Amino acid sequence: MVETHPILQTEDLTKHFGMIKAAETISVGVNQGELVGIVGANGSGKTTFLNLITGYLKPKRGRILLMGRDTTGLPPRAIIRLGVARSFQVPQLYTHMSVLEGVLLSLAAESGSGGSFWQPLFKESRRAEALETLKRFGLSGYTHRPVSELPEGGRKLLDIALSFALKPKLLLMDEPTSGVSIEDKFEVMDTLVKVLQESNVTTIFVEHDMEVVQRYGRRVLVFDEGRVIADGEPDHVLADPEVRKIVLGRV
Amino acid sequence: MRPNLRVLSILSALLILVPLVVPSWVVFILTKALFTFIAVLGVALFLRGGQVTFGHALFFATGTYTVGFSVKWFGFRETLLLVPMGALTGLIMAAFVGLIMARYRGVFFAMLNLAFSMILYAILLKLYWVTGGTDGISVGTATFLGFPLPAGTYPFYYFTLVIAGLITYVVYRFLASPLGYFFRAIADNEIRIEYSGESVRRVIYLTYILAGGLGGVSGVLGAFSVGHVVPEDAYWVQSAHFVFIALLGGFEGILGSLMGAVAFEFIQTYSSKYFPYAWQLTLGGIMLFIILFRPGGLWAIYESLASRFSSKTEGSTHG
Repeated sequence: MVETHPILQTEDLTKHFGMIKAAETISVGVNQGELVGIVGANGSGKTTFLNLITGYLKPKRGRILLMGRDTTGLPPRAIIRLGVARSFQVPQLYTHMSVLEGVLLSLAAESGSGGSFWQPLFKESRRAEALETLKRFGLSGYTHRPVSELPEGGRKLLDIALSFALKPKLLLMDEPTSGVSIEDKFEVMDTLVKVLQESNVTTIFVEHDMEVVQRYGRRVLVFDEGRVIADGEPDHVLADPEVRKIVLGRV
Repeated sequence: MRPNLRVLSILSALLILVPLVVPSWVVFILTKALFTFIAVLGVALFLRGGQVTFGHALFFATGTYTVGFSVKWFGFRETLLLVPMGALTGLIMAAFVGLIMARYRGVFFAMLNLAFSMILYAILLKLYWVTGGTDGISVGTATFLGFPLPAGTYPFYYFTLVIAGLITYVVYRFLASPLGYFFRAIADNEIRIEYSGESVRRVIYLTYILAGGLGGVSGVLGAFSVGHVVPEDAYWVQSAHFVFIALLGGFEGILGSLMGAVAFEFIQTYSSKYFPYAWQLTLGGIMLFIILFRPGGLWAIYESLASRFSSKTEGSTHG
Protein backbone atom coordinates (compact mmCIF):
# COMPACT_ATOMS: atom_id res chain seq x y z
CA MET A 1 0.00 0.00 0.00
CA VAL A 2 1.77 3.13 -1.21
CA GLU A 3 0.69 6.29 0.58
CA THR A 4 1.91 9.85 0.57
CA HIS A 5 0.61 10.95 3.93
CA PRO A 6 -1.09 8.75 6.49
CA ILE A 7 -4.83 8.76 7.12
CA LEU A 8 -4.15 9.37 10.79
CA GLN A 9 -1.09 10.78 12.44
CA THR A 10 -0.90 11.72 16.11
CA GLU A 11 2.04 13.65 17.50
CA ASP A 12 2.85 13.69 21.17
CA LEU A 13 -0.83 13.27 22.10
CA THR A 14 -1.35 13.75 25.82
CA LYS A 15 -4.43 13.80 28.03
CA HIS A 16 -4.65 13.58 31.80
CA PHE A 17 -7.68 13.21 34.04
CA GLY A 18 -6.31 14.55 37.30
CA MET A 19 -3.57 12.13 38.27
CA ILE A 20 -4.59 9.56 35.68
CA LYS A 21 -2.56 9.54 32.49
CA ALA A 22 -5.16 8.57 29.90
CA ALA A 23 -2.89 9.44 26.99
CA GLU A 24 0.82 10.05 27.30
CA THR A 25 2.86 11.29 24.33
CA ILE A 26 1.19 9.04 21.79
CA SER A 27 2.74 9.35 18.34
CA VAL A 28 1.38 6.88 15.83
CA GLY A 29 0.58 6.89 12.14
CA VAL A 30 -2.01 4.76 10.38
CA ASN A 31 -1.95 4.35 6.61
CA GLN A 32 -4.70 3.91 4.07
CA GLY A 33 -6.21 0.44 4.12
CA GLU A 34 -4.71 -0.68 7.43
CA LEU A 35 -6.63 -2.74 9.98
CA VAL A 36 -5.20 -1.88 13.37
CA GLY A 37 -6.17 -3.47 16.65
CA ILE A 38 -5.65 -1.74 19.98
CA VAL A 39 -5.28 -3.84 23.13
CA GLY A 40 -4.62 -2.95 26.72
CA ALA A 41 -5.95 -3.52 30.20
CA ASN A 42 -8.99 -1.66 31.50
CA GLY A 43 -8.16 1.99 31.95
CA SER A 44 -5.09 1.87 29.74
CA GLY A 45 -6.44 4.65 27.53
CA LYS A 46 -7.84 2.75 24.55
CA THR A 47 -11.22 4.46 24.42
CA THR A 48 -9.64 7.81 25.37
CA PHE A 49 -7.52 7.48 22.23
CA LEU A 50 -10.69 7.11 20.11
CA ASN A 51 -12.34 9.98 21.99
CA LEU A 52 -9.36 12.21 21.27
CA ILE A 53 -9.34 11.39 17.57
CA THR A 54 -13.09 12.09 17.21
CA GLY A 55 -12.81 15.37 19.10
CA TYR A 56 -14.97 14.24 22.00
CA LEU A 57 -12.00 15.00 24.28
CA LYS A 58 -9.49 17.79 23.75
CA PRO A 59 -5.83 16.82 24.24
CA LYS A 60 -3.75 18.60 26.83
CA ARG A 61 -0.84 18.55 24.43
CA GLY A 62 0.00 17.27 20.97
CA ARG A 63 -1.58 17.25 17.54
CA ILE A 64 -3.92 15.08 15.53
CA LEU A 65 -3.64 15.05 11.74
CA LEU A 66 -6.33 13.44 9.66
CA MET A 67 -5.43 13.01 6.02
CA GLY A 68 -2.70 15.56 6.54
CA ARG A 69 -5.04 18.08 8.10
CA ASP A 70 -4.69 19.33 11.66
CA THR A 71 -7.97 18.54 13.43
CA THR A 72 -6.83 19.14 17.00
CA GLY A 73 -9.59 20.92 18.90
CA LEU A 74 -12.28 20.49 16.23
CA PRO A 75 -15.69 19.36 17.53
CA PRO A 76 -16.86 15.77 16.75
CA ARG A 77 -19.31 16.85 14.07
CA ALA A 78 -16.61 18.63 12.06
CA ILE A 79 -14.34 15.61 12.33
CA ILE A 80 -17.13 13.23 11.30
CA ARG A 81 -17.70 15.38 8.23
CA LEU A 82 -14.03 15.03 7.28
CA GLY A 83 -14.59 11.30 6.93
CA VAL A 84 -14.15 9.74 10.34
CA ALA A 85 -16.84 7.53 11.85
CA ARG A 86 -16.98 5.57 15.06
CA SER A 87 -18.99 2.85 16.62
CA PHE A 88 -19.49 2.43 20.33
CA GLN A 89 -18.87 -0.16 22.97
CA VAL A 90 -22.51 0.20 23.96
CA PRO A 91 -24.33 0.42 20.60
CA GLN A 92 -25.82 3.86 19.97
CA LEU A 93 -28.97 3.14 17.99
CA TYR A 94 -32.32 4.73 17.17
CA THR A 95 -34.23 2.25 19.28
CA HIS A 96 -37.69 3.49 18.29
CA MET A 97 -37.09 3.15 14.57
CA SER A 98 -36.78 0.24 12.21
CA VAL A 99 -33.35 -1.09 11.29
CA LEU A 100 -33.80 0.25 7.76
CA GLU A 101 -34.76 3.76 8.92
CA GLY A 102 -31.59 4.04 10.97
CA VAL A 103 -29.37 3.21 8.01
CA LEU A 104 -31.37 5.60 5.80
CA LEU A 105 -30.70 8.40 8.31
CA SER A 106 -26.96 7.74 8.18
CA LEU A 107 -27.03 7.78 4.38
CA ALA A 108 -29.06 11.01 4.39
CA ALA A 109 -26.58 12.63 6.76
CA GLU A 110 -23.69 11.45 4.59
CA SER A 111 -25.18 12.92 1.43
CA GLY A 112 -25.63 16.25 3.20
CA SER A 113 -29.42 16.06 3.02
CA GLY A 114 -29.91 15.40 6.72
CA GLY A 115 -31.53 18.81 7.09
CA SER A 116 -33.69 18.35 4.02
CA PHE A 117 -37.32 19.13 4.61
CA TRP A 118 -38.99 18.39 1.30
CA GLN A 119 -37.40 15.20 -0.05
CA PRO A 120 -38.49 11.97 1.61
CA LEU A 121 -36.15 9.87 3.72
CA PHE A 122 -37.34 6.85 1.74
CA LYS A 123 -35.90 8.03 -1.57
CA GLU A 124 -35.66 5.09 -3.98
CA SER A 125 -31.91 5.32 -4.59
CA ARG A 126 -31.21 5.75 -0.87
CA ARG A 127 -33.43 2.82 -0.04
CA ALA A 128 -31.57 0.58 -2.47
CA GLU A 129 -28.25 1.62 -0.96
CA ALA A 130 -29.51 0.99 2.58
CA LEU A 131 -30.75 -2.48 1.66
CA GLU A 132 -27.36 -3.25 0.12
CA THR A 133 -25.61 -2.07 3.30
CA LEU A 134 -27.84 -4.25 5.48
CA LYS A 135 -27.18 -7.20 3.21
CA ARG A 136 -23.42 -6.78 3.52
CA PHE A 137 -23.70 -6.70 7.30
CA GLY A 138 -25.90 -9.78 7.30
CA LEU A 139 -28.86 -7.86 8.72
CA SER A 140 -31.28 -8.25 5.79
CA GLY A 141 -33.55 -10.44 7.90
CA TYR A 142 -34.18 -7.53 10.25
CA THR A 143 -34.74 -4.77 7.66
CA HIS A 144 -38.23 -3.74 8.73
CA ARG A 145 -38.01 -4.89 12.33
CA PRO A 146 -37.77 -2.42 15.19
CA VAL A 147 -34.22 -1.98 16.43
CA SER A 148 -35.35 -3.13 19.87
CA GLU A 149 -35.88 -6.65 18.51
CA LEU A 150 -32.26 -7.14 17.46
CA PRO A 151 -30.09 -9.64 19.35
CA GLU A 152 -26.90 -8.27 20.89
CA GLY A 153 -24.66 -9.33 17.99
CA GLY A 154 -27.08 -7.68 15.59
CA ARG A 155 -27.05 -4.48 17.65
CA LYS A 156 -23.28 -4.36 17.45
CA LEU A 157 -23.34 -4.92 13.71
CA LEU A 158 -26.03 -2.29 13.19
CA ASP A 159 -24.10 0.24 15.26
CA ILE A 160 -21.11 -0.33 12.97
CA ALA A 161 -23.35 -0.34 9.87
CA LEU A 162 -24.72 3.09 10.87
CA SER A 163 -21.15 4.38 11.03
CA PHE A 164 -20.12 2.54 7.88
CA ALA A 165 -23.04 4.09 5.96
CA LEU A 166 -21.39 7.48 6.53
CA LYS A 167 -18.75 6.26 4.03
CA PRO A 168 -15.82 7.09 6.29
CA LYS A 169 -12.19 7.09 5.23
CA LEU A 170 -11.30 6.09 8.77
CA LEU A 171 -13.55 3.89 10.90
CA LEU A 172 -13.00 3.56 14.63
CA MET A 173 -14.67 0.66 16.40
CA ASP A 174 -14.82 0.47 20.17
CA GLU A 175 -14.89 -3.18 21.25
CA PRO A 176 -16.91 -4.57 18.33
CA THR A 177 -17.29 -7.96 20.05
CA SER A 178 -17.95 -6.95 23.64
CA GLY A 179 -21.29 -8.21 24.82
CA VAL A 180 -21.38 -10.71 21.95
CA SER A 181 -21.46 -14.36 22.96
CA ILE A 182 -18.32 -16.43 22.45
CA GLU A 183 -20.01 -18.50 19.75
CA ASP A 184 -21.04 -15.41 17.79
CA LYS A 185 -17.85 -13.40 18.30
CA PHE A 186 -15.91 -14.73 15.34
CA GLU A 187 -18.94 -14.65 13.10
CA VAL A 188 -19.42 -10.95 13.86
CA MET A 189 -15.75 -10.27 13.21
CA ASP A 190 -15.72 -12.32 9.99
CA THR A 191 -18.63 -10.27 8.66
CA LEU A 192 -17.01 -7.00 9.66
CA VAL A 193 -13.56 -7.70 8.32
CA LYS A 194 -14.97 -8.90 5.00
CA VAL A 195 -17.05 -5.73 4.55
CA LEU A 196 -14.20 -3.46 5.58
CA GLN A 197 -11.69 -5.14 3.29
CA GLU A 198 -14.05 -5.06 0.33
CA SER A 199 -14.55 -1.35 0.75
CA ASN A 200 -10.93 -0.67 1.71
CA VAL A 201 -11.88 1.41 4.76
CA THR A 202 -8.97 2.10 7.09
CA THR A 203 -10.02 0.74 10.48
CA ILE A 204 -8.83 0.98 14.04
CA PHE A 205 -10.56 -1.24 16.55
CA VAL A 206 -10.23 -1.37 20.30
CA GLU A 207 -10.47 -4.89 21.63
CA HIS A 208 -9.85 -6.44 25.00
CA ASP A 209 -9.91 -9.92 23.55
CA MET A 210 -6.37 -10.86 22.50
CA GLU A 211 -7.63 -13.79 20.47
CA VAL A 212 -9.72 -11.49 18.27
CA VAL A 213 -6.83 -9.10 17.73
CA GLN A 214 -4.46 -11.93 16.92
CA ARG A 215 -6.82 -13.39 14.41
CA TYR A 216 -8.00 -10.26 12.62
CA GLY A 217 -5.56 -7.42 13.17
CA ARG A 218 -2.63 -7.04 10.82
CA ARG A 219 -1.08 -4.59 13.19
CA VAL A 220 -1.58 -4.17 16.90
CA LEU A 221 -0.93 -1.31 19.28
CA VAL A 222 -0.57 -2.17 22.94
CA PHE A 223 -1.63 0.52 25.42
CA ASP A 224 -0.52 0.79 29.01
CA GLU A 225 -1.16 3.79 31.23
CA GLY A 226 -1.82 5.99 28.22
CA ARG A 227 1.35 4.97 26.38
CA VAL A 228 1.83 2.84 23.31
CA ILE A 229 4.26 0.22 24.57
CA ALA A 230 4.30 -2.01 21.52
CA ASP A 231 3.39 -1.64 17.88
CA GLY A 232 3.72 -4.35 15.27
CA GLU A 233 2.39 -7.60 13.84
CA PRO A 234 0.07 -9.38 16.30
CA ASP A 235 1.89 -12.69 16.20
CA HIS A 236 5.11 -10.99 17.06
CA VAL A 237 3.84 -8.43 19.59
CA LEU A 238 1.44 -10.63 21.49
CA ALA A 239 4.05 -13.38 21.87
CA ASP A 240 6.06 -11.06 24.10
CA PRO A 241 5.59 -12.25 27.71
CA GLU A 242 5.92 -8.68 28.99
CA VAL A 243 3.01 -7.59 26.80
CA ARG A 244 0.92 -10.58 27.83
CA LYS A 245 1.51 -9.77 31.45
CA ILE A 246 0.52 -6.14 31.03
CA VAL A 247 -2.59 -6.82 28.99
CA LEU A 248 -3.86 -9.86 30.86
CA GLY A 249 -2.14 -9.69 34.22
CA ARG A 250 -3.75 -6.61 35.69
CA VAL A 251 -7.36 -7.15 34.73
CA MET B 1 -44.32 7.31 8.18
CA ARG B 2 -47.06 6.61 5.65
CA PRO B 3 -50.19 8.73 5.61
CA ASN B 4 -53.19 6.71 6.61
CA LEU B 5 -55.17 7.20 3.41
CA ARG B 6 -58.29 5.57 4.75
CA VAL B 7 -58.50 7.90 7.75
CA LEU B 8 -57.54 10.86 5.59
CA SER B 9 -60.36 10.20 3.14
CA ILE B 10 -62.94 9.50 5.85
CA LEU B 11 -62.03 12.65 7.77
CA SER B 12 -61.90 14.76 4.61
CA ALA B 13 -65.31 13.52 3.50
CA LEU B 14 -66.77 14.22 6.95
CA LEU B 15 -65.24 17.68 7.13
CA ILE B 16 -66.48 18.57 3.65
CA LEU B 17 -70.00 17.14 3.95
CA VAL B 18 -71.03 17.34 7.60
CA PRO B 19 -71.15 21.17 7.78
CA LEU B 20 -73.81 21.13 5.06
CA VAL B 21 -76.29 19.26 7.27
CA VAL B 22 -75.58 20.59 10.76
CA PRO B 23 -76.69 23.83 12.48
CA SER B 24 -74.48 26.88 12.00
CA TRP B 25 -73.09 26.81 15.54
CA VAL B 26 -71.55 23.43 14.74
CA VAL B 27 -69.92 24.98 11.67
CA PHE B 28 -68.39 27.57 13.96
CA ILE B 29 -67.12 24.88 16.32
CA LEU B 30 -65.62 22.92 13.45
CA THR B 31 -63.87 26.06 12.20
CA LYS B 32 -62.42 26.53 15.65
CA ALA B 33 -61.30 22.90 15.70
CA LEU B 34 -59.56 23.33 12.35
CA PHE B 35 -57.52 26.39 13.22
CA THR B 36 -56.68 24.93 16.62
CA PHE B 37 -55.56 21.74 14.88
CA ILE B 38 -52.97 23.73 12.91
CA ALA B 39 -51.36 25.08 16.11
CA VAL B 40 -51.59 21.68 17.81
CA LEU B 41 -49.63 20.11 14.94
CA GLY B 42 -46.66 22.20 16.08
CA VAL B 43 -46.98 20.93 19.65
CA ALA B 44 -47.40 17.36 18.39
CA LEU B 45 -44.18 17.70 16.35
CA PHE B 46 -42.29 18.49 19.54
CA LEU B 47 -43.91 15.61 21.40
CA ARG B 48 -42.70 13.19 18.73
CA GLY B 49 -39.16 14.28 19.57
CA GLY B 50 -39.88 13.80 23.26
CA GLN B 51 -40.23 17.54 23.95
CA VAL B 52 -43.20 19.33 25.40
CA THR B 53 -43.89 23.06 25.20
CA PHE B 54 -46.11 25.00 27.58
CA GLY B 55 -45.72 28.18 25.55
CA HIS B 56 -46.94 27.50 22.06
CA ALA B 57 -49.54 30.24 22.43
CA LEU B 58 -46.59 32.59 21.84
CA PHE B 59 -46.87 31.81 18.13
CA PHE B 60 -50.65 31.65 18.10
CA ALA B 61 -50.74 35.16 19.55
CA THR B 62 -48.10 36.29 17.07
CA GLY B 63 -50.58 35.27 14.38
CA THR B 64 -53.63 36.83 16.00
CA TYR B 65 -51.84 40.14 16.60
CA THR B 66 -50.49 40.12 13.05
CA VAL B 67 -54.15 40.40 12.07
CA GLY B 68 -54.86 42.83 14.93
CA PHE B 69 -52.18 45.31 13.85
CA SER B 70 -52.93 44.87 10.18
CA VAL B 71 -56.54 45.85 10.81
CA LYS B 72 -55.74 48.56 13.35
CA TRP B 73 -53.04 50.31 11.34
CA PHE B 74 -53.93 49.56 7.73
CA GLY B 75 -57.54 48.42 7.80
CA PHE B 76 -56.24 45.39 5.88
CA ARG B 77 -58.21 42.14 6.22
CA GLU B 78 -57.28 40.13 3.15
CA THR B 79 -56.95 36.51 4.28
CA LEU B 80 -55.11 35.41 1.15
CA LEU B 81 -52.20 37.66 2.18
CA LEU B 82 -52.62 37.56 5.93
CA VAL B 83 -52.38 33.78 6.18
CA PRO B 84 -48.88 33.72 4.60
CA MET B 85 -48.09 36.83 6.61
CA GLY B 86 -49.04 35.02 9.83
CA ALA B 87 -46.84 32.10 8.81
CA LEU B 88 -44.01 34.55 8.24
CA THR B 89 -44.37 36.42 11.54
CA GLY B 90 -44.62 33.08 13.34
CA LEU B 91 -41.47 31.88 11.56
CA ILE B 92 -39.59 35.07 12.40
CA MET B 93 -40.64 34.95 16.05
CA ALA B 94 -39.55 31.29 16.20
CA ALA B 95 -36.28 32.09 14.42
CA PHE B 96 -35.39 34.47 17.26
CA VAL B 97 -36.73 32.50 20.22
CA GLY B 98 -35.42 29.27 18.69
CA LEU B 99 -31.84 30.52 18.94
CA ILE B 100 -32.14 30.08 22.69
CA MET B 101 -34.60 27.18 22.68
CA ALA B 102 -32.45 24.91 20.50
CA ARG B 103 -30.05 24.56 23.43
CA TYR B 104 -32.62 23.07 25.79
CA ARG B 105 -34.60 19.87 26.22
CA GLY B 106 -37.09 18.44 28.62
CA VAL B 107 -38.30 20.55 31.49
CA PHE B 108 -36.17 23.55 30.51
CA PHE B 109 -37.54 23.49 26.99
CA ALA B 110 -41.08 23.31 28.38
CA MET B 111 -40.66 26.10 30.92
CA LEU B 112 -38.60 28.46 28.75
CA ASN B 113 -41.32 28.33 26.14
CA LEU B 114 -43.79 29.18 28.86
CA ALA B 115 -41.59 32.06 29.96
CA PHE B 116 -41.43 33.57 26.48
CA SER B 117 -45.16 33.27 25.97
CA MET B 118 -45.84 34.95 29.31
CA ILE B 119 -43.47 37.77 28.42
CA LEU B 120 -45.46 38.36 25.25
CA TYR B 121 -48.67 38.15 27.28
CA ALA B 122 -47.42 40.84 29.66
CA ILE B 123 -46.33 43.07 26.79
CA LEU B 124 -49.68 42.74 25.06
CA LEU B 125 -51.39 43.54 28.34
CA LYS B 126 -49.29 46.53 29.34
CA LEU B 127 -48.72 48.34 26.04
CA TYR B 128 -52.39 49.22 25.87
CA TRP B 129 -51.90 52.29 23.66
CA VAL B 130 -50.59 49.95 20.96
CA THR B 131 -52.36 46.68 21.74
CA GLY B 132 -55.53 47.90 23.42
CA GLY B 133 -54.51 46.11 26.64
CA THR B 134 -57.14 43.78 28.06
CA ASP B 135 -59.69 45.12 25.57
CA GLY B 136 -57.63 43.76 22.72
CA ILE B 137 -58.32 44.71 19.13
CA SER B 138 -61.51 44.07 17.25
CA VAL B 139 -60.65 42.76 13.78
CA GLY B 140 -64.07 42.57 12.15
CA THR B 141 -64.78 40.47 9.11
CA ALA B 142 -62.08 38.94 6.93
CA THR B 143 -62.06 39.39 3.18
CA PHE B 144 -61.16 36.96 0.44
CA LEU B 145 -60.02 38.72 -2.76
CA GLY B 146 -62.00 41.69 -1.51
CA PHE B 147 -65.21 39.76 -0.83
CA PRO B 148 -66.32 39.52 2.80
CA LEU B 149 -65.69 36.19 4.50
CA PRO B 150 -67.79 36.33 7.70
CA ALA B 151 -66.83 34.00 10.55
CA GLY B 152 -69.13 31.05 11.16
CA THR B 153 -70.25 30.87 7.52
CA TYR B 154 -69.57 28.20 4.94
CA PRO B 155 -67.06 30.27 2.94
CA PHE B 156 -64.94 30.96 6.01
CA TYR B 157 -65.19 27.35 7.09
CA TYR B 158 -64.12 25.97 3.72
CA PHE B 159 -61.33 28.50 3.44
CA THR B 160 -60.03 27.28 6.83
CA LEU B 161 -60.46 23.68 5.70
CA VAL B 162 -58.34 24.28 2.58
CA ILE B 163 -55.59 25.92 4.63
CA ALA B 164 -55.70 23.05 7.14
CA GLY B 165 -55.40 20.62 4.22
CA LEU B 166 -52.34 22.40 2.84
CA ILE B 167 -50.74 22.52 6.27
CA THR B 168 -51.39 18.81 6.79
CA TYR B 169 -49.55 18.12 3.54
CA VAL B 170 -46.58 20.30 4.55
CA VAL B 171 -46.31 18.60 7.94
CA TYR B 172 -46.61 15.19 6.34
CA ARG B 173 -43.71 16.03 4.00
CA PHE B 174 -41.71 17.24 6.97
CA LEU B 175 -42.32 14.05 8.97
CA ALA B 176 -41.33 11.91 5.98
CA SER B 177 -38.11 13.87 5.43
CA PRO B 178 -34.70 13.16 6.96
CA LEU B 179 -35.14 16.27 9.12
CA GLY B 180 -38.45 14.96 10.49
CA TYR B 181 -36.88 11.61 11.30
CA PHE B 182 -33.88 13.26 12.91
CA PHE B 183 -36.17 15.28 15.15
CA ARG B 184 -37.93 12.10 16.20
CA ALA B 185 -34.50 10.58 16.85
CA ILE B 186 -33.81 13.26 19.45
CA ALA B 187 -36.02 11.35 21.86
CA ASP B 188 -34.00 8.28 20.98
CA ASN B 189 -30.29 8.96 20.71
CA GLU B 190 -28.64 12.36 20.38
CA ILE B 191 -25.16 10.84 20.42
CA ARG B 192 -25.85 8.90 17.26
CA ILE B 193 -27.22 12.02 15.54
CA GLU B 194 -24.11 14.03 16.37
CA TYR B 195 -21.86 11.15 15.32
CA SER B 196 -23.66 11.06 11.99
CA GLY B 197 -22.32 14.56 11.38
CA GLU B 198 -25.76 16.10 11.90
CA SER B 199 -26.31 18.89 14.41
CA VAL B 200 -28.95 18.22 17.05
CA ARG B 201 -29.28 21.94 17.62
CA ARG B 202 -29.89 22.60 13.97
CA VAL B 203 -32.54 19.87 13.86
CA ILE B 204 -34.34 21.39 16.86
CA TYR B 205 -34.00 24.91 15.48
CA LEU B 206 -35.47 24.09 12.07
CA THR B 207 -38.33 22.13 13.60
CA TYR B 208 -38.96 24.96 16.02
CA ILE B 209 -39.23 27.43 13.14
CA LEU B 210 -41.71 25.21 11.34
CA ALA B 211 -43.83 24.87 14.49
CA GLY B 212 -43.71 28.66 14.93
CA GLY B 213 -45.02 29.14 11.40
CA LEU B 214 -47.90 26.75 12.10
CA GLY B 215 -48.78 28.73 15.23
CA GLY B 216 -48.83 31.94 13.20
CA VAL B 217 -51.18 30.54 10.55
CA SER B 218 -53.46 29.21 13.26
CA GLY B 219 -53.51 32.64 14.90
CA VAL B 220 -54.57 34.44 11.72
CA LEU B 221 -57.50 32.09 11.19
CA GLY B 222 -58.32 32.22 14.90
CA ALA B 223 -58.38 36.01 14.95
CA PHE B 224 -60.87 36.25 12.10
CA SER B 225 -62.89 33.35 13.39
CA VAL B 226 -63.43 34.99 16.78
CA GLY B 227 -63.36 38.55 15.41
CA HIS B 228 -61.30 39.79 18.28
CA VAL B 229 -57.71 39.44 19.49
CA VAL B 230 -56.82 39.62 23.20
CA PRO B 231 -53.69 39.11 25.32
CA GLU B 232 -55.19 35.77 26.47
CA ASP B 233 -54.20 34.44 23.04
CA ALA B 234 -50.67 34.29 24.47
CA TYR B 235 -51.71 33.12 27.95
CA TRP B 236 -50.51 29.81 29.38
CA VAL B 237 -54.05 28.42 29.42
CA GLN B 238 -54.11 28.63 25.64
CA SER B 239 -50.77 26.79 25.49
CA ALA B 240 -52.06 24.16 27.90
CA HIS B 241 -55.09 23.61 25.65
CA PHE B 242 -52.76 22.88 22.74
CA VAL B 243 -50.86 20.32 24.81
CA PHE B 244 -54.12 18.82 26.08
CA ILE B 245 -55.40 18.39 22.52
CA ALA B 246 -52.12 16.92 21.27
CA LEU B 247 -52.27 14.30 24.03
CA LEU B 248 -55.99 13.72 23.63
CA GLY B 249 -55.60 13.11 19.90
CA GLY B 250 -52.30 11.29 20.15
CA PHE B 251 -49.20 12.53 18.41
CA GLU B 252 -48.11 9.43 16.50
CA GLY B 253 -50.28 10.25 13.51
CA ILE B 254 -50.85 13.74 12.07
CA LEU B 255 -54.58 13.12 11.96
CA GLY B 256 -54.65 12.34 15.68
CA SER B 257 -54.25 16.06 16.29
CA LEU B 258 -57.28 16.71 14.10
CA MET B 259 -59.35 14.13 15.97
CA GLY B 260 -58.18 15.67 19.23
CA ALA B 261 -59.07 19.22 18.14
CA VAL B 262 -62.57 18.26 17.01
CA ALA B 263 -63.18 16.20 20.15
CA PHE B 264 -61.86 18.97 22.40
CA GLU B 265 -64.16 21.63 20.94
CA PHE B 266 -67.21 19.43 21.40
CA ILE B 267 -66.20 18.33 24.89
CA GLN B 268 -65.69 21.97 25.86
CA THR B 269 -68.99 23.07 24.35
CA TYR B 270 -71.11 20.31 25.85
CA SER B 271 -69.48 20.19 29.24
CA SER B 272 -69.78 23.96 29.68
CA LYS B 273 -73.42 23.61 28.68
CA TYR B 274 -74.26 20.75 31.05
CA PHE B 275 -71.74 21.37 33.83
CA PRO B 276 -71.15 25.13 33.60
CA TYR B 277 -69.28 25.22 36.90
CA ALA B 278 -67.27 22.06 36.50
CA TRP B 279 -66.30 21.77 32.86
CA GLN B 280 -62.60 21.75 33.77
CA LEU B 281 -63.40 18.67 35.82
CA THR B 282 -64.57 16.96 32.64
CA LEU B 283 -61.38 17.91 30.84
CA GLY B 284 -59.29 16.72 33.79
CA GLY B 285 -61.17 13.43 33.96
CA ILE B 286 -60.67 12.80 30.26
CA MET B 287 -56.96 13.61 30.46
CA LEU B 288 -56.65 11.20 33.38
CA PHE B 289 -58.40 8.48 31.42
CA ILE B 290 -56.20 9.02 28.34
CA ILE B 291 -52.93 8.98 30.25
CA LEU B 292 -53.87 5.99 32.40
CA PHE B 293 -55.52 3.81 29.81
CA ARG B 294 -54.84 5.13 26.31
CA PRO B 295 -51.57 7.07 26.28
CA GLY B 296 -51.63 6.98 22.47
CA GLY B 297 -54.81 9.10 22.52
CA LEU B 298 -57.75 8.94 20.15
CA TRP B 299 -55.42 7.95 17.35
CA ALA B 300 -54.40 4.79 19.20
CA ILE B 301 -58.03 4.04 20.01
CA TYR B 302 -58.87 4.36 16.33
CA GLU B 303 -55.95 2.14 15.33
CA SER B 304 -56.82 -0.65 17.74
CA LEU B 305 -60.48 -0.53 16.64
CA ALA B 306 -59.47 -0.55 12.98
CA SER B 307 -57.18 -3.53 13.42
CA ARG B 308 -59.79 -5.42 15.39
CA PHE B 309 -62.37 -4.66 12.72
CA SER B 310 -60.16 -5.69 9.83
CA SER B 311 -59.04 -8.90 11.53
CA LYS B 312 -62.70 -9.80 12.09
CA THR B 313 -63.77 -9.15 8.55
CA GLU B 314 -60.74 -10.61 6.80
CA GLY B 315 -60.03 -13.32 9.32
CA SER B 316 -56.38 -12.35 9.26
CA THR B 317 -54.06 -10.02 11.07
CA HIS B 318 -54.12 -6.44 9.91
CA GLY B 319 -51.52 -5.28 7.42
